[in-house]
Amino acid sequence: MTKRTFQIYRYDPDTDAKPYMQTIEIELDGHERMLLDALVKLKAQDPTLSFRRSCREGVCGSDAMNINGKNGLACLTNMNTLKGVVVLKPLPGLPVIRDLIVDMTQFFKQYNSIKPYLISETIAPERERLQSPEEREELNGLYECILCASCSTSCPSFWWNPDKFVGPAGLLQAYRFIADSRDDATAERLDNLEDPYRLFRCHTIMNCVDVCPKGLNPTKAIGKIKEMMVLRTI
Amino acid sequence: MTYTKANITKRKFDVVIIGAGGSGMRAALELSRAGLNVASLSKVFPTRSHTVAAQGGVSASLGNMSEDNWHYHFYDTIKGSDWLGDQDAIEFMCREAPKVVYELEHFGMPFDRNPDGTIYQRPFGGHTANYGEKPVQRACAAADRTGHAMLHTLYQQNVKAKTNFFVEWMALDLIRDADGDVVGVTALEMETGDLHILQAKTVLLATGGAGRIFGASTNAFINTGDGLGMAARSGIALQDMEFWQFHPTGVAGAGVLLTEGCRGEGAILRNADGERFMERYAPTLKDLAPRDFVSRCMDQEIKEGRGCGPNKDYIVLDMTHLGVETIAKRLPSVLEIGHNFANVDITKEPIPVVPTIHYQMGGIPTNINGQVISQKDGINNAVVNGLYAVGECACVSVHGANRLGTNSLLDLLVFGKAAGRHIVEFNNRNKEHKPLPADAADKTLERLNQLESSTEGTYSQDIAADIRAAMQLHAGVFRTQVSMDEGVQKIAEIRSRVGSITLKDKSKVFNTARIEALEVDNLIEVAQATMVSAAARRECRGAHTVYDYEHPADHAEFPLGRNDKEWMKHTLWYSEGNRLAYKPVNLKPLTVDSVPPKVRTF
Repeated sequence: MTKRTFQIYRYDPDTDAKPYMQTIEIELDGHERMLLDALVKLKAQDPTLSFRRSCREGVCGSDAMNINGKNGLACLTNMNTLKGVVVLKPLPGLPVIRDLIVDMTQFFKQYNSIKPYLISETIAPERERLQSPEEREELNGLYECILCASCSTSCPSFWWNPDKFVGPAGLLQAYRFIADSRDDATAERLDNLEDPYRLFRCHTIMNCVDVCPKGLNPTKAIGKIKEMMVLRTI
Repeated sequence: MTYTKANITKRKFDVVIIGAGGSGMRAALELSRAGLNVASLSKVFPTRSHTVAAQGGVSASLGNMSEDNWHYHFYDTIKGSDWLGDQDAIEFMCREAPKVVYELEHFGMPFDRNPDGTIYQRPFGGHTANYGEKPVQRACAAADRTGHAMLHTLYQQNVKAKTNFFVEWMALDLIRDADGDVVGVTALEMETGDLHILQAKTVLLATGGAGRIFGASTNAFINTGDGLGMAARSGIALQDMEFWQFHPTGVAGAGVLLTEGCRGEGAILRNADGERFMERYAPTLKDLAPRDFVSRCMDQEIKEGRGCGPNKDYIVLDMTHLGVETIAKRLPSVLEIGHNFANVDITKEPIPVVPTIHYQMGGIPTNINGQVISQKDGINNAVVNGLYAVGECACVSVHGANRLGTNSLLDLLVFGKAAGRHIVEFNNRNKEHKPLPADAADKTLERLNQLESSTEGTYSQDIAADIRAAMQLHAGVFRTQVSMDEGVQKIAEIRSRVGSITLKDKSKVFNTARIEALEVDNLIEVAQATMVSAAARRECRGAHTVYDYEHPADHAEFPLGRNDKEWMKHTLWYSEGNRLAYKPVNLKPLTVDSVPPKVRTF
């Protein structure tokens, strides 16, 4: 049994005038491989502790939070990598609903705004639309995004303008469709990003790349969109 | 704080869908596109639904890799179900498969591709060419993230169709009127803690499975059988609940799933002697025999002392011969899971696996349209007006006593679409809503206020833990009559304690402790349905293997322990009275010849 200390951001709008950091100690018996396992145990000790979780294997994106200052998924953060006091806070920049639960509205609004669905001008054939393995490979590093929001909520540009800057996650998905050989709306998608804020607030800070739990690279995708934007004006 | 009738908000819709996973969203798409007023409720943001975790593929006899046709798929599914599947439903599913998969691709699904540009298909357990002759490549795949790709694609299409989502709303109870028709649901808005009534001409349950009744499962925290609980509490029977699939390759100690697709790409199960033991048990299909069969073989190897590890309690899955390139291309998520959950580099060493609870073959009984059916006045398939069910929470039955891999993602698409279509037709013929009964929210208010007024008692998760421990012990891969009978007693005892659950946190805003407590009401229904149904079925069929009734394959009367004469029938469990009933399996397909029962060897 090891005693671990957690400092957790607490806020219950029913009872708290404002948020506060709570220090909690808990005995772990070694079976808690991931931070999420420890959180579940913490909740058994204090049922008022609220956080989102579902798959516990890093594919659903529910349990993204700020762990010792860096965004990540609680279910993929091995307790062995967390030394000393573990500081847990909600994802930065989004309104806090309660404890570690944030309001994701702005995040999903930006995602919806890039028209995140295949747009084809041609009538669908009887069978599958053909796509070569090389064309399909263009989607690798793009379609795997689990919309956990670790990236966008680690981006200072998104903190400053969540209503105007699409953010890394939304832009990664914009590129996912631009890059899909079956999508015919490239011009429209680029037009959609043609203003001072939507795309161009990206200053290659690259916090997004640093935190993505799936190892994706929004900066690279954004770079490709910027290139396309420039080329088409020439 | 008390919940009262006065502070319930009422809303009206054409259709309310509970659950936004693969089947719920496929149905929602059909309904939104048809212009119906739809409310799609989900306990979590839609892309968090557990469909996202499916890995291996979605089956359809496209024939992109070698000759294939739906008749083979039809035969495989019936045999896979150990002749408990209804053959008309299975024919429908297998015939529709290519259509719905092509449609999914048109929606934008990023399937892997062959050099000729067609969809890549991999081998999978139980899928054969020429009626069992040899494995066939039928599983259409997107790396080992097929569920993720599918769920996101369906969500994207729903964004396009402007589907009305109610995110983080938990449905609590069905509202039935004096005629027994379903006229709406009650639901808790998780963010505010407010109670709502949603009145609808049709309610569609798409709430997924209930793997969380077991101690170890591949399931998410959210899979607590909510739709089944709602149905059971409102008098609807749960069908074939004794049939739970143990997936052969859950990571030992963690429960996380390693897709059957690993074996599809060539992975091999080995015992402590390094032997490919499946060669002995299933000479033709070997490691690609159906899941219930493979799980039993693994359990047998462990029981006979050939398990791996210091405690000889797991089997290993060997992928070291597949090559780094194949793994990176076809099994990238599995590579990550190996690192994260087992500290294993699968390109270099085998990974410990054990049979882990994965899928619920049983559920709410429906017909091919997705309409919920019941036994009434001597009829076995009387429609329950106003109620549909699709996906894992439903039992059509296409999976019978055991489901083939990749048939679940297919089930979601086929029946999500079919139910959607049927509801559109119904909606066009029925312009009026039936009135809500005066006691619409009474049951829900009782449940909520019992928690509100509780001052001392048991923590909900302690009861949940008791349920899980009991099920893991008494409803495992190999069951015995004595153990199952004990399980029935234990679950009944735990059930008597559910009323003593106390809620320490009575706050309103996003109170997850309240949600977890309400989920226990659903867990106990599913657990009792499972235990009682299992203890009553005195034979071996599919995933329900009972030591007492086992026989070898060449036994004259009960080959492999299956007793068709007495037990080729569906189980129905009713919560009220905790009683069982039965109804026959439909052996008559829609258009083709029936596949008669035979010995299930591979």
